[in-house]
Amino acid sequence: MLKGRHLVGPRDFSVDELEELFKLAKRMEEEPREWIDVAKGKVLASLFFEPSTRTRLSFEAAMLRLGGAVIGFAEPGSSSTAKGESLADTIRTVSAYADIIAMRNPKEGAALLASRFSTAPVINGGDGGHHHPTQTLTDLLAIRNLKGRTEGLTIGFCGDLKFGRTVHSLAQGLARYPGNRFILVSPPELRVPDFITKEVFEKEGIDYVETDDFEKVLPELDVLYMTRVQKERFFNEEDYLRLKDSFILDGAKMRLAKTDLSVLHPLPRVNEIAVEVDSDPRAAYFAQVRYGMFARMALFASVLGVVPC
Amino acid sequence: MLNIAKIRNGLVIDHIKAGQGIRIFNWLGLDKAGIPVAFIVNAPSKAMGRKDMLKIDETIAVDFAVLGLIDHNITVNVIENEVLTEKIHITLPERVENVLVCKNPRCVTQVEKSVPHIFVLSDRKNGVYRCEYCDEARGEIDLR
Repeated sequence: MLKGRHLVGPRDFSVDELEELFKLAKRMEEEPREWIDVAKGKVLASLFFEPSTRTRLSFEAAMLRLGGAVIGFAEPGSSSTAKGESLADTIRTVSAYADIIAMRNPKEGAALLASRFSTAPVINGGDGGHHHPTQTLTDLLAIRNLKGRTEGLTIGFCGDLKFGRTVHSLAQGLARYPGNRFILVSPPELRVPDFITKEVFEKEGIDYVETDDFEKVLPELDVLYMTRVQKERFFNEEDYLRLKDSFILDGAKMRLAKTDLSVLHPLPRVNEIAVEVDSDPRAAYFAQVRYGMFARMALFASVLGVVPC
Repeated sequence: MLNIAKIRNGLVIDHIKAGQGIRIFNWLGLDKAGIPVAFIVNAPSKAMGRKDMLKIDETIAVDFAVLGLIDHNITVNVIENEVLTEKIHITLPERVENVLVCKNPRCVTQVEKSVPHIFVLSDRKNGVYRCEYCDEARGEIDLR
């Protein structure tokens, strides 16, 4: 039962619970009109302490498509945090108004903290460079639908693997399925933190490789997860400028890859995927956006308890 | 080996890694406690080569979680009427609250000052603790 549960980290729900969620998302995708009233009378508080277009709109669209209402703010300047209120107090207040809270906050661990002060379920929409579990739901649903499975795959992560919270969450999510292998492509400065490599991959005996030779490993991949080097995560602009264009996926590189590769990206994309790749049938990042909305619809419906899951 | 008189009722904190004794001495505030204490540094040890040791001639309250975090190989001998009554082997606690302080500038605990700093043991073999909020392993012992 997911009713009343928080979603803070990528492993908060069991593999079986995720499977039920993905089945529900599939039903919602196939028959979207069947669900337009299921959350009528329910209120989502959408609290974005950090700018976001895609994730915020995906949360809000998901709630509206279930017939619920949305309150909230899109930047911290319009919240009482600007007056110096603590996050704990903001959450105590908001959870008195809303049935569910979706929150993005630049501080790592903010969602866990919020879940401890909230009387409503808290959905983590990204906590700094830490976790982004609803993007993980999106990515797992996309992989499940594109590849027909979430196990026995060779998955490449490329780009900023240090601050890329989507990478941390998806790697932990995929590591729970048997036979998955990970190839981590990044400059040495932006490698995956050891709370993933040492304490997930090595502890659980999962095969992984770290490299900066993108062309060499491309032919091995079933799924390629590209990421942007995020300017907002750097304290030093020089480091950002030096690293921002480390790996660019273009048409020439795509010729090295398998014919059934799926290229994913949490978006927004800047330079790391050349526009020419968009027309390649293996480019799945815009389809992925749509899966995200259905994943969030299924999540809200389940956590609100308006659909059994 | 120096000869130190037996203590009557108190604690012998033994097998402290050489050089760490002063941290424990300071943390326990033994310089201001007004009780007899023998602080031995660089004592020969078969198992450790060199070790530090504290003999405290009074039974004082000690937070074993903090002691374990400073050095988890420590043993504490409880002495009553000059007789060893208990030998406590320190084990690392699974979870500590307001003992380690998170040093990650991106962690929520840096801005939410009323929130306790909670660390969870993630690797017992290497004594690694991670901040429950941000997963960083960069906690520092707060010995205030």
